[in-house]
Amino acid sequence: MNVVSEALTWLNDPLNWTGPEGLLVRTGEHLEMTAVAVLLAALIALPAGIWLGHSGKGAGPTIVVVNTSRALPTFGILLILAAGGLFGDRAAVISAVIFAIPLILANAYTGVAEVDPDVKDAARGMGMSSQRSLWLVEVPLASPLIAAGLRTAIVQVIAVLTLAAFVGGGGLGVPLRVGFSNQRYGQVLAVGVVIAVLCLVVDAVLALLQRAVTPAPLRVKAGTVR
Amino acid sequence: MPPNPWFSWSYVQNNWGEISQALVEHTTITLQAVLIALVIALPLAALAHRVRWLAVPVLGTTGVMYTIPSLALFSILVPFTGIGRTPVLIGLVMYALLILVRNILVGLQGVDPDVRDAAKGLGYGPTRLLAAVEIPNALPSILTGVRLATVSTVALVTVGFVAGFGGLGTLMFRGFRSSYNAQIMTATLLCLLLAVVLDLLLMILGRALTPWSRTRGPAAGQAEGRGANAASAARAAEAASERTA
Repeated sequence: MNVVSEALTWLNDPLNWTGPEGLLVRTGEHLEMTAVAVLLAALIALPAGIWLGHSGKGAGPTIVVVNTSRALPTFGILLILAAGGLFGDRAAVISAVIFAIPLILANAYTGVAEVDPDVKDAARGMGMSSQRSLWLVEVPLASPLIAAGLRTAIVQVIAVLTLAAFVGGGGLGVPLRVGFSNQRYGQVLAVGVVIAVLCLVVDAVLALLQRAVTPAPLRVKAGTVR
Repeated sequence: MPPNPWFSWSYVQNNWGEISQALVEHTTITLQAVLIALVIALPLAALAHRVRWLAVPVLGTTGVMYTIPSLALFSILVPFTGIGRTPVLIGLVMYALLILVRNILVGLQGVDPDVRDAAKGLGYGPTRLLAAVEIPNALPSILTGVRLATVSTVALVTVGFVAGFGGLGTLMFRGFRSSYNAQIMTATLLCLLLAVVLDLLLMILGRALTPWSRTRGPAAGQAEGRGANAASAARAAEAASERTA
């Protein structure tokens, strides 16, 4: 197929990888934006989710946030932010934060809220305060789900940030946008595959990390949760 | 500098032809994608349910596919299909399929074994068991899947702008390119509204299809309070993982 050989040619050109606007630079930009977005989202969503789960009254607000966010078109938010004066990367990172918060929040909430009440009772019976029980018992037990939420958020933020290029930002969307606007579909195919592979690799690495942060006795259960 | 308001009723009036066309495009491609996905997902999930060992590879493939960003998927499809409606529809069907298969399978596997036993005792064969007992019992889960798939498809269509067919997404993007704030805002709000309206309609349809779920008295709900809370929390986490970008 003609497009496939064009794509292979494009991928074989070292300049497309190591050039000043090459894939390596773009990947670096992309991962940097991802890190900032997920960090900001986690700073907001983790404490909120843990607190809502611990207080036991969070089901209502959590479901409202999650349901509304599902219907929210991230692309529209991005364009609104970009048109509102936050051009480029900044608009993309903020829309990614808005997108990532419910993912992290819902998992943290569920993880803490679903800790077996008997376990919490036992912790209190051993004389732990509510705070100690939260940090020494509930959060560790919730860690597989919290990690799962962060993992989903990271992979999906990488996806959202490919749109940054269309509002004047950087990242791996740039060679895609250029390919589309010049109708160089070999390049489009090549970059599309690179982005897909990046997401799969990141997801696989995070799966290993998720396993590593899961307390050993919970590992068997973790497999069935996700 | 001329005023560039975010909300403008005159924009909506003057451009209603274009706006309604985008809205119709957006709605029809969403419904078409979910329907096609449902037609494929039902037998696929039923098969994975019947042949136990198939469930793991089916769900595994689902998970892997799901990590691929929609923009990347459209970029991989366009070189082969050309620009237009086709690559967007294929991509949307794939993502909807993943949500549906998972939810249908969960629903089928969640059918009370005693109910299944009773049907078998009455002489139901595997096909009749599936059609008359398991699918009706799995309906709530299937309907949840359809709602999730529909809402996330509405958001996903917007990314189709890159392949030349984004419905309201194309309108948003053109608004952005020409710095027309009212156009971006109107298209975004319509997109949000479309998702909410379709979700509500499907919820009403679901109630009509599962009349038994309404007969539960408030007392039963009370008794299940704790369990229901946990279940809704689990649903929140699952719902949150749906792709919208």
